[in-house]
Amino acid sequence: MARLLFLGRLEDVAGAGHLDLPLAASTPLADLLAMLDPVLAEALSGPRLRLALNGALVSPEGLVVADGDELAFLPPVSGG
Amino acid sequence: MADVRLALDPFTPAALLEEFGTAHAEAGGIVSFLGQVRAGEGVDALELRHFAPLTLPAMEDLARTAESRFVLAGLLVVHRSGTMAPGDPIVLVAAASRHRRDAFAAADFVMDHLKSDAWFWKRERANGSWRWVEPREQDHADLARWAT
Repeated sequence: MARLLFLGRLEDVAGAGHLDLPLAASTPLADLLAMLDPVLAEALSGPRLRLALNGALVSPEGLVVADGDELAFLPPVSGG
Repeated sequence: MADVRLALDPFTPAALLEEFGTAHAEAGGIVSFLGQVRAGEGVDALELRHFAPLTLPAMEDLARTAESRFVLAGLLVVHRSGTMAPGDPIVLVAAASRHRRDAFAAADFVMDHLKSDAWFWKRERANGSWRWVEPREQDHADLARWAT
C-alpha cells in the first residue's frame, strides 16, 4: 500500500487529504495516476505541481512508487 | 543563529519581540514585520496548512540565507499554521542589527520569500464556505527583486 497526500486545493479535488492505494509492486507514477479518478489524475499532473516522496522533493521524471511509500502532491504555495 | 519557529498555536508578537530585544541588547536597531489576518471582505476565518517534512526546514534555510546576505545580530522568524480569526497574528519577522539598513533589508527579504516561496497553503472562509487562495502575481514580482 502507498499513501498519496493532497495539499492545498488538491484536497478538495480528491475529496480527502490522503488516499491509500494498494500496490502489488513498485509502480511508475503514470501507472499510479491511471488507477485514479480521471479528474483527480489530471489535477495531479499539472506542470506547476511539486512532488515529495517520503518527505523529500523529487522529480516526476522516472518516479517509481513502492509499497509503503508516501507521495505528496504539492500545488503552488500561497503563504504569509 | 536564527530563531525560527513554526507556530501551531496562537502567539503573542509583543512578548516575542521583548524577548528578542533582550537577547540582542547589543544590536542598535530591530526591524519587525507583523502579518495579521485582514478583517473585512466577509472573511471570518483563515487557515494555513503546512507540510511538516518541508515547511520548517525550508524556513530555516531561508533564515540562514538571510544571515549570510545581511549583517545581522539576530533574526526571528515565526509563522503560524492552523485556523485563525481576523486580527490574529500570522507571521512575525524581526531582524536585529548594529545598523538599521541591514535590519530593514533582511526583514523585507525574509517576508518576500515567506509570501511566495514557503510551504504553506492558505484558504479563507467567507459566508460559510472555504476557498483556497491562489498565489498572487505581485508576490512573485516581489520575490524577483532579490534575484542576483
